[in-house]
Amino acid sequence: MPQLSGPTDPAADARWPDVKPRKGFFTDTSICIGCKACEVACKEWNHNPRDGDLELLGSSYDNTGALGASTWRHVAFIEQGRERIEQAQESGRALVDLGMPRVGAPKPAPKPADIPDTPEFRWLMSSDVCKHCTHAGCLDVCPTGALFRTEHGTVVVQADVCNGCGTCVAGCPFGVIERRRDGTAAPKTKDGEPKHGERKGEQPEVPNLGVAQKCTLCYDRLIDDQTPACAQTCPTTSIKYGDHADLVALARERVAELHNEGRTEARLYGANELDGVGGTGSVFLLLDEPEVYGLPPDPRVPTADLPRMYRLAGLAAGGMVAAAVLSFLGGRS
Amino acid sequence: MTTSEYDSLRPPEPAGGRRRRDGRRRRRTGQAGADGSREMPMVPEAEFTSYYGRPVVKPAPWGHDIAAYLFLGGVAGGSALLAAGGQLTGQDTLRRNCRLAAISAVGVGAAALVHDLGRPERFLNMLRTIKLTSPMSVGSWILSAFSAGAGVAAAAEFDRMTGERLPLGPLRPVLHAVEGLAGLEAAAFAPPLAAYTAVLLADTATPTWNAARDELPFVFVSSASLAAAGLAMITTPVAETAPARKLAVLGVIGDLVATEVMRRRMDPVAAEPLHEGRSGALLRLSEALAVAGGIGTLLGGRRRGVAATAGLALVAASALTRLGIFEAGIHSAKDPRYTIEPQKRRLAARRAAGITDDSITTAG
Repeated sequence: MPQLSGPTDPAADARWPDVKPRKGFFTDTSICIGCKACEVACKEWNHNPRDGDLELLGSSYDNTGALGASTWRHVAFIEQGRERIEQAQESGRALVDLGMPRVGAPKPAPKPADIPDTPEFRWLMSSDVCKHCTHAGCLDVCPTGALFRTEHGTVVVQADVCNGCGTCVAGCPFGVIERRRDGTAAPKTKDGEPKHGERKGEQPEVPNLGVAQKCTLCYDRLIDDQTPACAQTCPTTSIKYGDHADLVALARERVAELHNEGRTEARLYGANELDGVGGTGSVFLLLDEPEVYGLPPDPRVPTADLPRMYRLAGLAAGGMVAAAVLSFLGGRS
Repeated sequence: MTTSEYDSLRPPEPAGGRRRRDGRRRRRTGQAGADGSREMPMVPEAEFTSYYGRPVVKPAPWGHDIAAYLFLGGVAGGSALLAAGGQLTGQDTLRRNCRLAAISAVGVGAAALVHDLGRPERFLNMLRTIKLTSPMSVGSWILSAFSAGAGVAAAAEFDRMTGERLPLGPLRPVLHAVEGLAGLEAAAFAPPLAAYTAVLLADTATPTWNAARDELPFVFVSSASLAAAGLAMITTPVAETAPARKLAVLGVIGDLVATEVMRRRMDPVAAEPLHEGRSGALLRLSEALAVAGGIGTLLGGRRRGVAATAGLALVAASALTRLGIFEAGIHSAKDPRYTIEPQKRRLAARRAAGITDDSITTAG
């Protein structure tokens, strides 16, 4: 059985004979402009169908909603006033004060003159993506082996193997992977054939219906040494792609830089290999608490507790046998 | 001052300035912003404990097929145990009825499982590998092994009931030679069949299921026992149901105790769906039926009519338990509160205990 929790190199743990450097994303939300080019590039490259009803969701500029079977990059928009910004600065400062792990000696606190004025208003924009966890809940619980760990340490679904059991959907602590259904809302003709005047909205055929789908970190591009579509298209380099180790180092430098500018609200998400999923392949720099962005504040891969669950289930099964034996003892009273 | 005709579509600036927790009014200069002179939030300010109230985790895309399977798998497992007991103690009617119950329940349950797949035609992919980290994989193998034994044992019963009319030819003696072994093989896989579904639910990020991980197997095997015993009390004359009645009472006691312990030890927020709403109502009804069925079994289990009624109550109780727990989990995944609040609490508790190195959020 592979390692179920704690720090590890996931590709080596999956027993790849030729382990490549672990690849990942570093999404620096402090320079995201919310252009959604990553969403579009992802959809185009991966031939992901439209999902949803093209409706306005009433959540700022976010009309995508959430990551899902056909949405592998999702840009979150959060509007905040001064009070929320101050709270974010405080919660970030509290993280520093906790003595959370950081690289190098702590820098001296900025002088009051260096601290930027708190703005009246800010937009938080963050491009969310599959975390490609070190210990991936989806991968662990997949019964068919459709989900697998690549040599780059990422997690990919084989659409031709998946039978759509849906266990991975519940197994993901981040709510990323989803079973694709024909979510296109445009009415179609009954026999599926386009007829003049009947078909509303030209819809290409939806691939991989009924199977689990999620970000592959552009596995098909990776094996040709190409950059994933979202990172390639990102105009501000908010989405960075590269070797995981380099990206974590870069992320730590960037957060230290922001802290030195007095922006204590900056923090990293997923850069700690001691966390509940063994660290994530996609690391984020956030400017507020993770739940503000729809991210879980303390995710834990459920499989970490699986040996204990099996033991207790075994005990319960033993109890059931004991109850049955007890019931048959004493003959036909 | 209007600068554009579209300004009339702008929502009004909240009266008295934007809400502030500490009660202080924001110092404002000039216009409030509703005239478009500066940026203002277009979304009402929320308590940002979540992202627009949207779920953090996704619920399993499972319909009531899966809830039915949880129930039927339990009935099958319990029935195979009772059949094996009947086989070993020479209670032939009990053995026959329970073998037939086991194969019927597991057959319908497996069909429900396949029906719920996104790609039902690929159901055999479940057996493409053995993966211990996947309760679904382990369970598929348990289900297959169980069905093999239960199928052979039930085929032998069916052959006997129809006066050896199955077109078996020279294989008939083989069938009747191995039926005993097959019945015992099914019984060996029966408790795992009843228990693994608890691990299947608990090994997810679904808050209520995951928080119940320590006690759920005990709830499920108890529920399976009382359901199978109840079914035997319906199908089998009282002369041979003494073991079923004992198992029913043990099952009811186990079910009540395990459920109560589960509710108390779980995170209080994650446990809420077990008390409230539709799932809470289902579980309360289930508990009432289990108690009624248990008392009926104890007091009137030797009378055929009372035994059958009590048995029906027990079967219904088990079905409602599974449905209630299934729905509680799905509900807990759809509301971000059940994910975020317990996680924030456990993170704060670890920090208070001095463990500050295992948070996913770090300052550097």
